[in-house]
Amino acid sequence: MKKLLTVVISILALCAALAMGNAALNQHHGQGSGRLLTIYNWGDYIDPALINKFEKQTGYKVDYETFDSNESMLTKIRQGGTNYDLVVPSEYTVQRMKREHLLAPLDHRRLTNLHYIDPQFLNRSFDRGNRYSVPYFWGTLGIIYNDQKVSAGDVQHWSQLWNPRLRNNLMLIDSARDVFAMTLIAQGHSVNTTDYQTLKKAQDHLKTLTPNVKAIVADEMKMYMEQDEAAVGVTYSGDAREMMSVNHHLHYVVPSEGSNIWFDNMVIPRTAKNKEAAYAFINFMLEPQNAAQNARYVGYATPNRAAKKLLPKKVTSNQAFYPPARTMKHLQTYRDLPLKTLGVYNDLFLEFKMFAK
Amino acid sequence: MRNKTLFIIPYALWIILFVVAPLVLIFYQSFFDISGHLTLSNYANYLTSSVYLKMTLNSVWYAFLITLVTLVISYPTAYVLNHLPNKQFWLLLVILPTWINLLLKTYAFIGLFSRTGSINQFLRFVGFGSHQLLFTDASFMFVAAYIEIPFMVLPIFNSLAEISPSLINASKDLGANQWQTFTKVVLPLSMPGVKAGIQAVFIPSLSLFMITRLIGGNRVITLGTAIEEHFLTTQNWGMGSTIGVILIIAMFIVMFITGEAKQKGGRTR
Repeated sequence: MKKLLTVVISILALCAALAMGNAALNQHHGQGSGRLLTIYNWGDYIDPALINKFEKQTGYKVDYETFDSNESMLTKIRQGGTNYDLVVPSEYTVQRMKREHLLAPLDHRRLTNLHYIDPQFLNRSFDRGNRYSVPYFWGTLGIIYNDQKVSAGDVQHWSQLWNPRLRNNLMLIDSARDVFAMTLIAQGHSVNTTDYQTLKKAQDHLKTLTPNVKAIVADEMKMYMEQDEAAVGVTYSGDAREMMSVNHHLHYVVPSEGSNIWFDNMVIPRTAKNKEAAYAFINFMLEPQNAAQNARYVGYATPNRAAKKLLPKKVTSNQAFYPPARTMKHLQTYRDLPLKTLGVYNDLFLEFKMFAK
Repeated sequence: MRNKTLFIIPYALWIILFVVAPLVLIFYQSFFDISGHLTLSNYANYLTSSVYLKMTLNSVWYAFLITLVTLVISYPTAYVLNHLPNKQFWLLLVILPTWINLLLKTYAFIGLFSRTGSINQFLRFVGFGSHQLLFTDASFMFVAAYIEIPFMVLPIFNSLAEISPSLINASKDLGANQWQTFTKVVLPLSMPGVKAGIQAVFIPSLSLFMITRLIGGNRVITLGTAIEEHFLTTQNWGMGSTIGVILIIAMFIVMFITGEAKQKGGRTR
């Protein structure tokens, strides 16, 4: 019994010592809270060299944390107890955070580098006047195809995915919103349709796509497309870029009749501890040199006009990632739909997946 | 006596915090609709929707098939293992794969089954040409069975090991042949292991979801898929919890069926 007690006590003592050590390390890391900037961003979504540069240039210490979905980020911020100074949500999440009063309004006088952003990416419907958000990267939903299996002319439009020649050769992304977006556009409707009858009709149309659908997958699509598992896939531009860098037979198309365009944006949560540093970071990232470096590292399209000029011509002239104006005109952003409607989207999608046999 | 109450504290805490509380929470959540009103609509929705009912049937059917395949492979395996020298070592080899992360194993299967994967390379080499292996029912069943087999082998192995050799000798002395000994002595005595194995395999198989997407390409839909979607995308926790409750009920039914039969069997013999 005595021996056991000694063991238990020594374990507890060890735990306490470790906890203290951990706290001491954290304190050292922070060097006083006034100089600490806590960033909450998607994984692998910034050039780490830029963080070092920022720290050197401004003297702030950056604490960088990552998330993998808007929903998980939102849950964490909503529950409070976090002190992130800068977060990078997608546009529909910006809208929801705005509605739930989780964001601090931006003081435009302190955003000295905002003028570098291409005006077409400012004042979008999800945040009029950019009162709360500054665009970070943007991208699209589109079609990726393998030129060994289909010719480019066969996959320029959403409606062509219904072609019987693609039988059992199409991969869809496992997301109700995106799959419905492509179907709704193919039928000439808005990607933010809330009318049940229209959605039901879209689902009926989607069901006729079943013979072509090989699989409905998430991130694994990258691997499958790289390994020639299917001829055509519906995916995001960022993922497409990654696939294309591995398999040179892959190409990406944004259908000219329209598609979804998404934005990831820098915002400052209401609970931020160090707004000073957050503004400094936003301005730093808007600096054309830095934005260009970041775009080269991450590979997504930059909304920064001055930075775009600094990128290689080969990148910026690629219509797949920087679509021409006539396509841009038809791209639509997702609105944050009511939970009920989202439920309808997902139920219909689930039913479609069940039908997919 | 005081010591005993002291020792029960960790167990009680564990049970309350990690078994009872989550169950109560799931049950509680299942009575709220998406806008937070107290209602029975989730259950009504479940019972009237052809999508969910079909999905349930689907899940049960696949779980049944997986259990059957696993059992057919595991029983002879456990039987043979029991008669080998160094049987603990051979058993270890069967259990070894469970030490590797589930996701990793699944990804390994993608590498094997894909169009450019090892199996298709072999098939082409032998002259059979390449075949579509991923996203088929067969590949899904194969991977699911592969993952569940250790959980079936282990209880059967243990129940077989517990059978006293003297019983088998007695059976042979009394004139039973090999087959009779097996069906009349070994099989009935190993039934508890089989039932434990079925419980350990059937229930998790009902709600498999990672493999349905990775190997099945979402062409096999189980209740697990629906739960994942309700918790992660639609944020309709009520409906997700309702399906969770249904799964818990299914678990009790399976436990009841397998448990009851065991007692009855015990008495008649």
